[in-house]
Amino acid sequence: MMATRRSLAALALCAIIIPLHAQSTPNGLAIGRKMLAEDNPGELWLDRGKELFFQKRGPKNASLERCDFGLGAGKLEGAAARLPRYFADTKLVQDLEARLVTCMVELQGLKREDLLKTAISRPLSNGSDIEALALYITSRSNGMKMNVTLDHPKERETYKAGEYLFHRRAGQTDFGCITCHGQADKRIRLQDLVNMTDKREIQEVVSSWPAYRGGHAVVRTMQWRLYDCFWQMRQPELEYTSDVSIALTTYLHYQGNGAVIRVPGFKR
Amino acid sequence: MAEPMRIRATLNGDVADVRILMRHPMETGQRKDAKGNIVPLHFIQNVVVAHNGKTVLDAQWSQAVSRDPFLGLRVKGAKAGDKITVTWTDNHGDKRTDETTVAAAS
Repeated sequence: MMATRRSLAALALCAIIIPLHAQSTPNGLAIGRKMLAEDNPGELWLDRGKELFFQKRGPKNASLERCDFGLGAGKLEGAAARLPRYFADTKLVQDLEARLVTCMVELQGLKREDLLKTAISRPLSNGSDIEALALYITSRSNGMKMNVTLDHPKERETYKAGEYLFHRRAGQTDFGCITCHGQADKRIRLQDLVNMTDKREIQEVVSSWPAYRGGHAVVRTMQWRLYDCFWQMRQPELEYTSDVSIALTTYLHYQGNGAVIRVPGFKR
Repeated sequence: MAEPMRIRATLNGDVADVRILMRHPMETGQRKDAKGNIVPLHFIQNVVVAHNGKTVLDAQWSQAVSRDPFLGLRVKGAKAGDKITVTWTDNHGDKRTDETTVAAAS
């Protein structure tokens, strides 16, 4: 009995001496993630998104070809790389999804409330139109660098709001985004936490949404990701394309400037 | 017919690197829906890949293969312009065939 206890103690000591690193085999994990990201099922939504973009839809029987995502009507190349940005017609700073909803309402005559309600699809479903469209439009910026500018005062204001919100501790847990995403080599259970104060890591984030979420088997967007973060932290429900969501997106995208966009990403 | 596949075939010397994405629920027959009922078994049983009409891969799959499966293979002796055809059949009798042409190395 004594011998067993001693050997157990020796084993325990060995375990303590060897440091437990979340990133002890970064190359191994990175290779695995890269393999999963290449040719991921998210690509199956690209064609659907393209179809939906060019199809005449809604009461106005119009396509989205005249939608201005910031670079002029119908110009998609590089548009996602410059979002969120200020739009003179709506007098708002809008991200890709907010702008998409604006165009679907203005150009196609679709109902705003319906779009907001159905934008985020159920897991294991066929996904929503907005998810497919957001993926297609972002994919037209693939290979380009994230380049959010804050020239307009409203853009600067939105960025500042996002920065404040990112650091603000709130809710039952009294956590801010910074609490979990402000240090290196942290994880929640077995999920590595992105250190969003690290340039390389935040670039990885902003370049990979929309992404195929393996567990949900549908394409998810940045709006969904923020919504889900708020949900899991027991914060009030983050409304689709709300000011808070756009402020945070502006902050994160600006932090991730220089990231090479590559969608669809692949998430767990 | 079921949802279209995405097939990419790029040449590397005389080997075509073929990558196939299929859209399929691949239900294991063990999952329960929100009401507590078993979601029935529904999976791709057979995949055949042909190169210019000649079968180069004939696979028997089970429900162990994940949802929206990815299949990658290399076909030796390929040239740019060759046809790669992929056909899957599932346990409900559904079938899907798609094809692509081998693209020259870029």
